[in-house]
Amino acid sequence: MLGAATKRKAAGENQGTMSDSPAVSATSTGPMTAAGRPAKTIEARGVNLFYGDFHAVEDVTMTVEPNKVTALIGSSGCGKTTFLRSLNRMHELTPGARVSGEITLDGEEIYGAGVDPVVVRQLIGMVFQQPNPFPTMSIYDNVSAGLNLNARKVPKTQKDAVVERSLRGAHLWDEVKDRLDKPGGSLSGGQQQRLCIARAIAVEPEVLLMDEPCSALDPVATLAIEDLIGELKSRYTIVIVTHNMQQAARASDVTAFFNIEASGQPGHLIEVGPTEDIFTKPGQQATEDYVSGRFG
Amino acid sequence: MESASHPVPTSSGLDLRGGGGSLPGWATWGAVGGSAGVVAAILLATGAFTVALTLVFGALLSAVVLYVWSRAVEGPRRAKDRVMTLSIACAFGLAMIPLFSLLFEVAKRGIPGLSLEFFTEDARGVVGGGGAAHAIVGTLIITGVAALISVPIGIMGAIYLNEYGAGRLRRALTFFVDVMTGIPSIVAGLFAYALFELFFGPGIRLGVMGSVALSVLMIPIVIRSAEEVLKVVPNHLREAAYALGTPKWKTITKVVLPTAFAGLVTGVMIAIARIVGETAPLLVTTGVIDSMNTDPFNGRMQNLAVYAYNEYRSPGVMKQASYDRAWAAALTLIAIVMLLNIAARFVYRRYKTEIR
Repeated sequence: MLGAATKRKAAGENQGTMSDSPAVSATSTGPMTAAGRPAKTIEARGVNLFYGDFHAVEDVTMTVEPNKVTALIGSSGCGKTTFLRSLNRMHELTPGARVSGEITLDGEEIYGAGVDPVVVRQLIGMVFQQPNPFPTMSIYDNVSAGLNLNARKVPKTQKDAVVERSLRGAHLWDEVKDRLDKPGGSLSGGQQQRLCIARAIAVEPEVLLMDEPCSALDPVATLAIEDLIGELKSRYTIVIVTHNMQQAARASDVTAFFNIEASGQPGHLIEVGPTEDIFTKPGQQATEDYVSGRFG
Repeated sequence: MESASHPVPTSSGLDLRGGGGSLPGWATWGAVGGSAGVVAAILLATGAFTVALTLVFGALLSAVVLYVWSRAVEGPRRAKDRVMTLSIACAFGLAMIPLFSLLFEVAKRGIPGLSLEFFTEDARGVVGGGGAAHAIVGTLIITGVAALISVPIGIMGAIYLNEYGAGRLRRALTFFVDVMTGIPSIVAGLFAYALFELFFGPGIRLGVMGSVALSVLMIPIVIRSAEEVLKVVPNHLREAAYALGTPKWKTITKVVLPTAFAGLVTGVMIAIARIVGETAPLLVTTGVIDSMNTDPFNGRMQNLAVYAYNEYRSPGVMKQASYDRAWAAALTLIAIVMLLNIAARFVYRRYKTEIR
């Protein structure tokens, strides 16, 4: 079973009284002014990931440190995104996908018997490669979607507070505060991605997974998101998949390098360490080749 | 197709015109008109003139003329292109002929039968007169009840097939839905009759029996169209909802269905339009009656298709008046189908979701 954190979250949902929870506390401060809060650690031990017969990722063991940004880098098809999706049980949504090994959130096995993937995903949020606001919902409804869709009965005033705090946290409030009732699709690509980040942090997850969040954005929007990531780590544990090595160097504290021998082979974790070390004095030849741009 | 100017040598010496001149802009219409004129003149001279013959031979002659003319001026590739364009336009025209001829004929013969009486009175105890109000009301009730049965079942079936179903069961269900879209409508009628006969005895006729028969025809259509619409909802929207910790059923009801709303409504309306004119299954389930009946659970109920059939089959003393009413009923049915289609288009334009 997923332990204390899960139960607290679930209990809060059922009672609808979450006055002590930051998710619906009207007076809680935004991430920008927050002095930080202890986030959660993810540990992966001997993780193997499959799509049917295809072995996509082999034997990954690593620790994702709390309140740090961990970047997953590596060439296309090496399993970074697959590994990321296994961290909040999105991997299994693909038909035929399987997981073996152990992944824990603060010591609790997330693939354990009886663990509800819905609860895991409430604790470990995700931002996708393509900005994907719900097209039928307004900006306001997109941000509060996590509250509405999780059947929590949240009073309007508290919902207003959550929306404002999340949009401020995603650096989007000033741009959209006068048109919260407009559809989410009316925003630009960079604004949509920040809207998706606001939507993800509105449910106050412990961990935020980002799957190449800037690959569909221009450099200015990318910079805005990277600044945002730097601020969000004071409250969340962040894992980001990126193809952009400058981005990994700029925005992350820890870097994990994935690689494959050849197409059709499973991806491996080559090494993981402080970003500075990976980029300046990598321990493996393959890592050095990759970060220096010699291949990939 | 600009003017028939001569090729101008460019400074680079490149020939961007494909090695030939070009025909004037009116060339196609000129060839068609000229050919039709020549054919008409020849036919008139031989005394064999008909519009159909002029069109057939005119089309053939204009294809030959256009090909020869274009080949001489523009070269073989563009000549082939012109002939193919002409033949495709002719094929389209041929396909439209039955449609317009049918609409024209029904309108011409149906309009004399339309009157205030036709829409406001039934035919109870009337000799050689009366209206079709009972048939119009019956059609609306029978179809409405059929839609009430079919829409929830059909949409939920589509949700199952698209969101939950997997493997062999899903494939088998899809196969049987496809089979059901093709069953003859009389079979659906006999099925409904046999079903109700079990409970109410032989000779039973009820409005709701017709609705059940029509549902058998309508459910597979709704499932098919709804399934196509649900397939178009991008998977990344479902994943976005899951990543927020949303249960599957909420993802479907709050994200997938609203995104697909316009398409679902359109599909339902097209399905209704498809079954509203069914005759055979209603003949054996709702029966024939001359008076107004608004209770689908009690007694026979008339509808427009059966009404038209019956007015033609047993016209009574004033034959022409009966025929007029039959055509008027057919025209009313076509009008209902057209209104449903227009409404479907309107709903789609008004509520469609921009999906990237």
